[in-house]
Amino acid sequence: MELIVSGSDLDRLIRSLKEKGRVAGPVSRPTFRGRMVAWAEIRSIGEVVFDEAPRESMKRFLFPQPEVLLRFKRKGTGYEVEPGQVSQETVLFGVRPCDARSACLNLLPYQDDPFFLRNMAATVIVGTRCEQPCSTCFCRDVGGGPESIEGMDARITPCGEGSWKIELFTEKGLALFQAMAGGEPAPTPEGGAEKTPPLLKPLKSAPLSSLYESDVWAELARACLNCGICTFLCPTCYCFDIQDERLGSSGRRIRYWDSCMFPLFTQHASGHNPRPTKLHRVRNRFLHKLKYFPDRFGSFSCVGCGRCVRECPVGIDIRKVMKRLAEAVQTEV
Amino acid sequence: MEISCAHDPGQDKILSSPASNPYLPVRCRVEDIVVESEDGNLKTFRLSIQDQEARSRWNHVPGQFAMLSLLGAGEVPIGIASSPLEEGLMFTVNRAGVVTTALHRLSPGDELGVRGPLGNGFPVDTEMVGKNVVIIAGGFAFTTLRATLLYLLEYRERYGEIIVIYGARTPGMLLYRKELEEWAGRDDLSLHVTIDREGPGWDGLVGFVPTIAGQVAPSPDNSVALICGPPIMIKFTMPPLEEIGWRDEQVYLSLENRMKCGLGVCGHCNCGPVYVCKDGPVFKRSEVQRLPVEY
Ligand SMILES: Cc1cc2nc3c(=O)[nH]c(=O)nc-3n(C[C@H](O)[C@H](O)[C@H](O)COP(=O)(O)OP(=O)(O)OC[C@H]3O[C@@H](n4cnc5c(N)ncnc54)[C@H](O)[C@@H]3O)c2cc1C
Ligand code: SF4
Ligand code: SF4
Ligand code: FES
Repeated sequence: MELIVSGSDLDRLIRSLKEKGRVAGPVSRPTFRGRMVAWAEIRSIGEVVFDEAPRESMKRFLFPQPEVLLRFKRKGTGYEVEPGQVSQETVLFGVRPCDARSACLNLLPYQDDPFFLRNMAATVIVGTRCEQPCSTCFCRDVGGGPESIEGMDARITPCGEGSWKIELFTEKGLALFQAMAGGEPAPTPEGGAEKTPPLLKPLKSAPLSSLYESDVWAELARACLNCGICTFLCPTCYCFDIQDERLGSSGRRIRYWDSCMFPLFTQHASGHNPRPTKLHRVRNRFLHKLKYFPDRFGSFSCVGCGRCVRECPVGIDIRKVMKRLAEAVQTEV
Repeated sequence: MEISCAHDPGQDKILSSPASNPYLPVRCRVEDIVVESEDGNLKTFRLSIQDQEARSRWNHVPGQFAMLSLLGAGEVPIGIASSPLEEGLMFTVNRAGVVTTALHRLSPGDELGVRGPLGNGFPVDTEMVGKNVVIIAGGFAFTTLRATLLYLLEYRERYGEIIVIYGARTPGMLLYRKELEEWAGRDDLSLHVTIDREGPGWDGLVGFVPTIAGQVAPSPDNSVALICGPPIMIKFTMPPLEEIGWRDEQVYLSLENRMKCGLGVCGHCNCGPVYVCKDGPVFKRSEVQRLPVEY
């Protein structure tokens, strides 16, 4: 189902949504050097930037920093324990196709995780079309595309003169725009998802050892700083650490983003480290995305947003890794 | 694409998800603490689950582990040393870092949390049935093998010959000494306890586990071996076994990696394509041989 709405209607909707929860979108923010596009709460649709990808993905709305797993309070010789946090009702405007798709991919490992499921259920993703793919992104190579609606509840497209086209894909999307639409639930249109990326099958059937022993890893690892920027910005990196925070007699157990690029990620208490070198860690990150995850779940754990390519301080490029692995697979056959 | 987009997981699934929070530990009480080793670094904790319902729901397979949880300090994965047929739970903890040190400070009567059971365990009810079982353990990795042995002895008639080879540095570092004595007196079990070097008051076997395994030379016919110990021990135990015809498909190992969630999501414990916490910790050696050496 589709409708055309005016900017003032949308602004009214946003105001009413804000009474119940958060409404956020990518907005333009001044920085020391100029400006950047960042996720922030919005008051009107006019604030949302549609023609440039935000520096961060939307993952912090689905993986809050931190997620409270439980709270505890000292009581006698023991503790009183309460379950963790409740999800906040959230509407996200202007989510790009790659980022929206990341929610679907992350759901695969998190399909039994009540926190992620609740956050998903509490979040309405109003996506957008990608009119202008940038030089660093490659969504088509990993199974997405600028027209993909995977992960979107609705899609909003500016159509000039202060009006907007809204397409509704899910019950949640419909519910959001109910007052304006007042119609039947929309069937999800066909053809949203793009074709299987060509590299998926060869990598899947390749024996792990041929990829694990590729000489591309040594080459990449030489430059890598193990700074973890790539993992924190990546919408499909979902690893976390768990820690306890205590203040006086009460506290909370939280989980928050962690990165396989850090040596401590795997270090045992004995000092032994199963991934002791940069090479091990770089290889793990890429093989997880391109081999381990696809072997388990059937899709690359990458949506091709290009953030890791853009923001890596030493210019490590996942597209190059894919190319080299493709070659390794080819020579193998 | 092979994935289907399930962006809306559905309210039903969310509302009916089990106990809703897999990170909530069950409340346990420390009933008893035994200092196992002469250096005081190994302590065995006997716990009772406090909540009636959680107690009747608890059910584990030998070889599984659980997260021991001290609120304010953190959680650590520890192999379950008790057999599922025993009252209560038992864990033997080596003092290694922050959380294990905090565990060592507990006294009987204190409370702690247990989250689990987690992982897969040994195939005691499937592939091991009808087979001879060889248990080879070094150091404090004997814990889950104790659980396994008790289970095998309880259902003795379901298995063939049972051979146990267990070694520690010194007599004072051997775990569960009372039980070892008991087992030594049984005629339906062949027990070989060894220490690394000659010492006063020890008239048993002397020598490293691999050497003793070579001498015992258990037959590979219709047999499985469960091997737990430091990686170096496992490495040197295999050649003498291979020499007498053991194959990797008959050998089960238990891997250890740093863990956080224990549920296959946090990413900490992966060894190449597998998550040790969820796909393991028990793997056939033939499976381990196909993995990168990231454990
Ligand atoms: C399946 C399995 C079974 C185990 N069984 C036993 C057992 O029966 N008895 C025993 O004494 N120890 C066992 N361990 C090892 C034990 O978990 C670590 O010694 C313990 O986590 C160290 O935690 P710490 O807080 O004291 O050390 P720190 O160095 O302070 O560790 C900080 C955190 O890192 C993680 N971590 C560090 N080392 C390890 C490690 N080797 N394995 C897993 N997580 C780690 C933990 O989350 C820990 O809280 C087992 C480990 C695994 C994976
Ligand atoms: S951003 Fe670049 S340098 Fe930093 S960890 Fe990632 S690949 Fe390495
Ligand atoms: S790996 Fe890089 S390109 Fe792929 S989703 Fe992550 S940040 Fe984007
Ligand atoms: S411990 Fe989290 S994935 Fe295994």
